[in-house]
Amino acid sequence: MSLSVPDLNLRIVVPALIVSITALVVLLGELVTPAARKRWLGYTSLIGLLIAVGATFGLWDAHATAFGGMIAADNFGLFLTLVILLGALLSVLLSVDFLRAHQVEHGEYYMLVLSAVVGMIVMATATDLIVIFLGLELLSLPLYILAAFKREDGPSLEAGLKYFLLGAFSSAFFLYGIAFVFGATGATNLTKIAAAIAKNPSGDLLLVGAGLLLVGFAFKVALVPFHWWTPDVYAGAPTAVTAFMSVAVKAAAFGAFFRAFFVALPGLAMDWRALVALIAVLTMTLGNVAALLQSNIKRMLAYSSIAHAGYILVALVAMGAQGSSSALFYLLAYTLTNLGAFGAVIALSDGARERLEIGDYAGAAQKQPFAAAALTICLLSLAGFPPFAGFVGKFLIFSAAVETGWAWLAVIGVLNSLVSVYFYLRPVVQMYMTEAQPGWDGSATLTTRIAPLVALALAIAVVGVLALGLFPTPAIALATGGFVR
Amino acid sequence: MTVNHFVILSALLFGIGALGVLVRRNPLIMFMGIELMLNAVNLAFVAFSRFLQSLDGQVFVFLVLTVAAAEVAVGLAIIVALFRTRATVDVDEVSGLKG
Amino acid sequence: MPIDYLPILVMVVVVIAFAAIALTFSALTGPRRPNPSKLSPYESGMPPFGSARRRISIKYYLTAVLFILFDIEIIFFYPWAVLFRQLQLFGLIEMAVFVIVLLVGYVYIWKKGGFDWD
Repeated sequence: MSLSVPDLNLRIVVPALIVSITALVVLLGELVTPAARKRWLGYTSLIGLLIAVGATFGLWDAHATAFGGMIAADNFGLFLTLVILLGALLSVLLSVDFLRAHQVEHGEYYMLVLSAVVGMIVMATATDLIVIFLGLELLSLPLYILAAFKREDGPSLEAGLKYFLLGAFSSAFFLYGIAFVFGATGATNLTKIAAAIAKNPSGDLLLVGAGLLLVGFAFKVALVPFHWWTPDVYAGAPTAVTAFMSVAVKAAAFGAFFRAFFVALPGLAMDWRALVALIAVLTMTLGNVAALLQSNIKRMLAYSSIAHAGYILVALVAMGAQGSSSALFYLLAYTLTNLGAFGAVIALSDGARERLEIGDYAGAAQKQPFAAAALTICLLSLAGFPPFAGFVGKFLIFSAAVETGWAWLAVIGVLNSLVSVYFYLRPVVQMYMTEAQPGWDGSATLTTRIAPLVALALAIAVVGVLALGLFPTPAIALATGGFVR
Repeated sequence: MTVNHFVILSALLFGIGALGVLVRRNPLIMFMGIELMLNAVNLAFVAFSRFLQSLDGQVFVFLVLTVAAAEVAVGLAIIVALFRTRATVDVDEVSGLKG
Repeated sequence: MPIDYLPILVMVVVVIAFAAIALTFSALTGPRRPNPSKLSPYESGMPPFGSARRRISIKYYLTAVLFILFDIEIIFFYPWAVLFRQLQLFGLIEMAVFVIVLLVGYVYIWKKGGFDWD
């Protein structure tokens, strides 16, 4: 019996390998690092992530596959890898002092973030449904623990438990979808599935499989009607963790979502396009309307993230090169903007005491002008005001929809953006136009000084939001990379 | 016994598991429901694998089993941590966050 | 057709009758010399102690979880062992990497005291 070892082509997975090795180093480092030096593990993680960014740029235009066609380094996947690494870098910058302030300074935190990053990279670059599933689990399992990381804290544990139960539940749906697609087409490789569908486009088994895959993805990126876990988990999890999972999970899961539906299931587009358009409308509308009613800023940002998932879904409906490139740009813009917003929430807190209610933001601009300005810029970008990144992202997605004949969907998207302006401006009005509340104005420990790493993260986010808004062309050019088929 | 029988059986098991997660309120029991769903998937993989005369489906079962074990570890750890702070694991009693 | 189920009915009757006859016959004719080891639940097993409904320490979860994690990894050794000769050096390196990653986790648990009961 002869056995051919598949073409490994390890070069293609170097970014993920670097992050994996960093994770192992940090885990072993945790054993020998004294309690006062735990922040060095954060610095180690930053170095590993930066090297991975360099390696990703080194692979640009490689357009090759590895492990017998199970993982691909095409510009679509590499762009998402960069977005994920950027999200992780900013999150680690935000976390170092956050962990100290909340007295949960454990090295395992960084190891879990890095493991999740490996899973995300695998998921964004996988070209086989089983590998997508493995990436999904590899990113989900560390995030369950991270959500419950403040293990003395009720809401954090509760968020972890809810996230875990619903995440595992949705993984089962996703996996069942894979089983049905495998049964119908005899393949799990996306290109082979597309070929099998082209030969034999009908079949109930296939439709059930595609539907279950859609449900699995819908849970992960929080689409209506599978969104209800999001506000509880985002509100209960530690803020630095919420920041990380609100952006990086979306980048990875949307990457696999787009790849699966564009590469493997375009033959079924007649069946899923209208349904996805309906889900997009529901997701945008419900996310924005529910966000209007929130008084807690983390819950508001959770509903806002649901609404943004709806906007990105419009790009999925548009399909084609424009659909994928506008979604990539949007994910980059959203990552910078949302991390900036959560970073500002962290910067505006007083030690472990956070401004959670929107009323807490009253008068914050006088006490902490820099963080307040950063929060304002990020919220305006989320609302889609020019000249910020969020405006360009929305413009690209809605024009992609108009040009592919989905103008009504774009109109609903624009109307939703208008609604969202109201709730995004509420904290801004509080910060600049109201007097500080008794609980906050007399606080002696509250200073204008922001921890250096948090300030660095905020600066990167704000500069990025402005740069993408004023000079979007280079990023759009990077985002036009296609798939390996 | 055709592949259809196995697929129907796996669909029934999956349904029982999913219903268990949705109806029961004890995380441990909900967790068992999830495990039942994963095993229903395994059954479907093995059935399709035999039907298609390809070993791929059986290899996937290995992967699913290991992932399920990792999920057990993480899930039990969170439930135990919750039990230590609350002395209850009923999800309705654990609802400081509004649904 | 109901008549098709007749063999099943006959089978059920035979099974019940056989069990009843065997139990009755041995009870009537067999010698009866009970002693403690014959009356124990498992004649050659460990002597049972305590109730099966006893509460178990929550620490046992940790041990059980660690056992499951390392136990299930064996699943990947099995196909590797079957194909060991064909895979040659490549297989050896591949498995070495796998074991090293597992070992890092093992060392971590060990140093953190995951194997200590108290």
